[in-house]
Amino acid sequence: MSAMAELFPIELTVNGRRRSLEVAVHHSLLDVLRDDLELTGTKECCLVGECGACTVAMNGQIVDSCLVLAVEADGAEITTVEGLAAGGRLSPLQQAFLDTGAVQCGFCTPGQLVAAADLLARNPRPSVPEIEEGLAGNLCRCGCYVQITEAVLAAAREADR
Amino acid sequence: MHTFAYARPATLAEAVALLAEHGAAARVLAGGTDLIIRLRDGTLVPDVVIDLKRIASLRPGVREEAGLVVIGATTVMTDVAADPLVRRHFPALADAAAVVGSVQIRNRATLGGNICNASPAADTAPPLLVYDATVVAEGPGGTRRIAVDDFFVRSGVTTLAGDEIVTAIELPLPALRMGAAHERRTRRRGHDLASVTLCCGVREDGVTRLSYGSVGPRPVLRVDETGILADPAAPAEARTNILEQLLADASPSPRSMRASPAYRLAMLRVLGRRALATALERLEARA
Ligand SMILES: Cc1cc2nc3c(=O)[nH]c(=O)nc-3n(C[C@H](O)[C@H](O)[C@H](O)COP(=O)(O)OP(=O)(O)OC[C@H]3O[C@@H](n4cnc5c(N)ncnc54)[C@H](O)[C@@H]3O)c2cc1C
Repeated sequence: MSAMAELFPIELTVNGRRRSLEVAVHHSLLDVLRDDLELTGTKECCLVGECGACTVAMNGQIVDSCLVLAVEADGAEITTVEGLAAGGRLSPLQQAFLDTGAVQCGFCTPGQLVAAADLLARNPRPSVPEIEEGLAGNLCRCGCYVQITEAVLAAAREADR
Repeated sequence: MHTFAYARPATLAEAVALLAEHGAAARVLAGGTDLIIRLRDGTLVPDVVIDLKRIASLRPGVREEAGLVVIGATTVMTDVAADPLVRRHFPALADAAAVVGSVQIRNRATLGGNICNASPAADTAPPLLVYDATVVAEGPGGTRRIAVDDFFVRSGVTTLAGDEIVTAIELPLPALRMGAAHERRTRRRGHDLASVTLCCGVREDGVTRLSYGSVGPRPVLRVDETGILADPAAPAEARTNILEQLLADASPSPRSMRASPAYRLAMLRVLGRRALATALERLEARA
């Protein structure tokens, strides 16, 4: 096997925009989002699917983008944290994160937001245990779990008004 | 990550041919939640990675046919856990699928990948053993059916041949009523594998099937046919004796970083009793 990386053409839709590119087959979706598409909101951290910092939605389902090869995303619709703010305005969920102090160092925030948005889409009025389960795949080393939970509850209330 | 050739066959025949051609230098990719970690850390360096997810006949999903519930190998845990057929007939499997990893992991992790990876801690293994599942494999010689109890050998090793692909898992619709429950212990939900994972099923004819994992090289199935465990009115001492016999195959490794053998053996008993009680309640509720 040659040491040269095999290239593979893929097409995907990222935050509503169609993109065609050639990716190295051993590059993850995370690599391609950050390095090829320069969408650096999605964070690289543990690289073993435990921390959730690289969470994106793929065809409407959240995944750890470090555990998806970019070639596997051929044809997929991807939403990253950059896709949450419509028309340059923060979503109510993003605003709630700021208001409750759920954003401290901010490194886990993009993944938390994508996972929380997915939870609210599936379950608009989650209970605290449901929030804990929905966000169990997202670690916060600043320990803002209480504030993050509050933010999700606040965003759910906001949507109810 | 080391580079490799990426193959995306459209048919099972192509996938099997690729496996046969490349032998041990090829690796099958399903959800990648085990495999991509190994590719990245260099413990696996295949020349070819064969992605199963574009094979038309392997489309994920659950269907009922001829007295069986058939779960496609590439069905992800999220869908196994939510499936109405699985929930109605095999609730302990739905419960086990629902606690694998996190939402992100369950959206990728497949049932086929969970058993082929053959971790002793695989959470779907105990319910598949209790429900007497059959693994359907496709190879150059055609289709082969393997009882799930004959599938697991030890950590990372199964009786699947190198050129075979698991296409489905079949569960016989129970002829007799059964109540079953899955229980597990983990250090941190959403991230860690189970320290103990266990399933107990009690049938209306008094047979109790008990299966446990993460306490030895492979998940174990033991069956009580005396009817004593299934009988809440039987003397407590007799029931404890039977339970002890069924749990005697546990041999947790002293080298595990996850939990000490003493802890695992103690929790095995706690979870065994708990699952038995829930299984009996569920059997009652089905009456
Ligand atoms: C953070 C994290 C948490 C986890 N938590 C749990 C947990 O709680 N419980 C649990 O049981 N597991 C857990 N896992 C392990 C993993 O998610 C599961 O084992 C999963 O079911 C593997 O499926 P996959 O589709 O991702 O397999 P892959 O990674 O694609 O494949 C795994 C192995 O099986 C082979 N394979 C896959 N499909 C087939 C097939 N159809 N035919 C032949 N060979 C095949 C592959 O070649 C590979 O060797 C966790 C993993 C991570 C990263």
